[in-house]
Amino acid sequence: MSVRIGVLALQGDFAEHGAMLGRLDAEPVEVRQRSDMDGIAGLIIPGGESTTIGKLMERYALRGPIQALAEAGKPIWGTCAGLILMARDVGRRQPLLNLLDITVERNAFGRQTDSFETDLEIEGISGGPFHAVFIRAPVVRAVGPGVQVLSRLDDGTIVAVRHGRLFGTSFHPELTGDVRLHASFVEMARHA
Amino acid sequence: MEKNTLTVKRGLAQMLKGGVIMDVVTAEQASIAEDAGAAAVMALERVPADIRADGGVARMADPEKILEIQAAVTIPVMAKCRIGHFVEAEVLQSLGVDYIDESEVLTPADEEHHVAKAGFDVPFVCGCRNLGEALRRIGEGAAMVRTKGEAGTGDVVEAVRHMRRVMSELRQIQHLRPDELYAYAKEIQAPLHLVEEAAELGRMPVVNFAAGGIATPADAALMMRLGSDGNFVGSGIFKSGDPALRARAIVEATTNFEDSALVAEVSRNLGEPMVGIANSSLQPEEMLAGRGW
Repeated sequence: MSVRIGVLALQGDFAEHGAMLGRLDAEPVEVRQRSDMDGIAGLIIPGGESTTIGKLMERYALRGPIQALAEAGKPIWGTCAGLILMARDVGRRQPLLNLLDITVERNAFGRQTDSFETDLEIEGISGGPFHAVFIRAPVVRAVGPGVQVLSRLDDGTIVAVRHGRLFGTSFHPELTGDVRLHASFVEMARHA
Repeated sequence: MEKNTLTVKRGLAQMLKGGVIMDVVTAEQASIAEDAGAAAVMALERVPADIRADGGVARMADPEKILEIQAAVTIPVMAKCRIGHFVEAEVLQSLGVDYIDESEVLTPADEEHHVAKAGFDVPFVCGCRNLGEALRRIGEGAAMVRTKGEAGTGDVVEAVRHMRRVMSELRQIQHLRPDELYAYAKEIQAPLHLVEEAAELGRMPVVNFAAGGIATPADAALMMRLGSDGNFVGSGIFKSGDPALRARAIVEATTNFEDSALVAEVSRNLGEPMVGIANSSLQPEEMLAGRGW
């Protein structure tokens, strides 16, 4: 049975996530207001500008419902800006969801000309390396108790984390053709 | 590890989708824009309405201003260079701007050649009035396009004309036979492989924003309804009575472009919009959109 997965659609590359979900046995639902969240089995917070998405999330009172979704045990996955929004601490004041006990550094590699692509090993994802696209990307500088590191760059920098059914990645699987991460997220949502 | 690939250049534009990119001339304006929810800011010397009013040659902004704006915000900072002025583009790249707009709003530096954008590390956005112009710019290396509209007027009619034309041409090419695409590419003077790519995708190969004359939340929602991926707003914000309030309202209307009740709500009591100049009152030589080749 097709499972409904919400994609936060306030700003950013939500359509790209929707297209990835459409290739799987999942029905993407664009979430702009609270009522859009009815019946979703999981939520993806896309790439975009975390300050823009955060302000709109606050404006439309979506923080509480998203936190409630996490408390109900539904999976949530943030990519890039989504990872920032799920963090507890990003070193500056901006609206956050405080879902993952992590400290994140924004724009950790520098400006756009420092953006890059590389291959990563990701724990729990079999079938060879995962091609990852980093765009003005954040990284995880510290993780709290219970937060599992799923992937690091060669220099040890943390770029993917998990705590229970909550996930964060610094990079953008929605910009490559590789659906493995989306597939594993959909499977988790189906059984959550 | 690979840097400056097409995926990475086009990817930043994808992250800006559904957002508003605002013209700013000072660090203070950049902070107001960021606080209002701008997805990026565009640094320039004068907003288009002032370029129109003041006349003279419009050039790249002072590097000092760009550095101040970069220091003031965490969102991407774009900057404009003159058409064909590859040294201005190199200067902007050396400053670390996140995107360069090779823009008809500034006075063209070359009446035949655009910047060879593919050779740069930094990505470029360019204006277009139709599909052929968009694909020529992409062929030169642009990683994002936007309508030209008619900047600095507060009149959205040209942006509408350009967006409708581009979207209509994208719909048409999907119905052409493969052998008809050759003749079509020749007719619109666009690289064949990009015409084929657009026909196959059924959309522009890169992100496509609206720009030029957007002054109200309803204008912003209109451009999204016509198929835009997001909006550039220039003079419309900082030439209005209450820039912070108007900026927030335009951001909300861009996100919720299908919710007219919400557009109505955010449009209430915004204060004076920019005064505006009807495009129909402009002489042909006063139109900026004709710049670019």
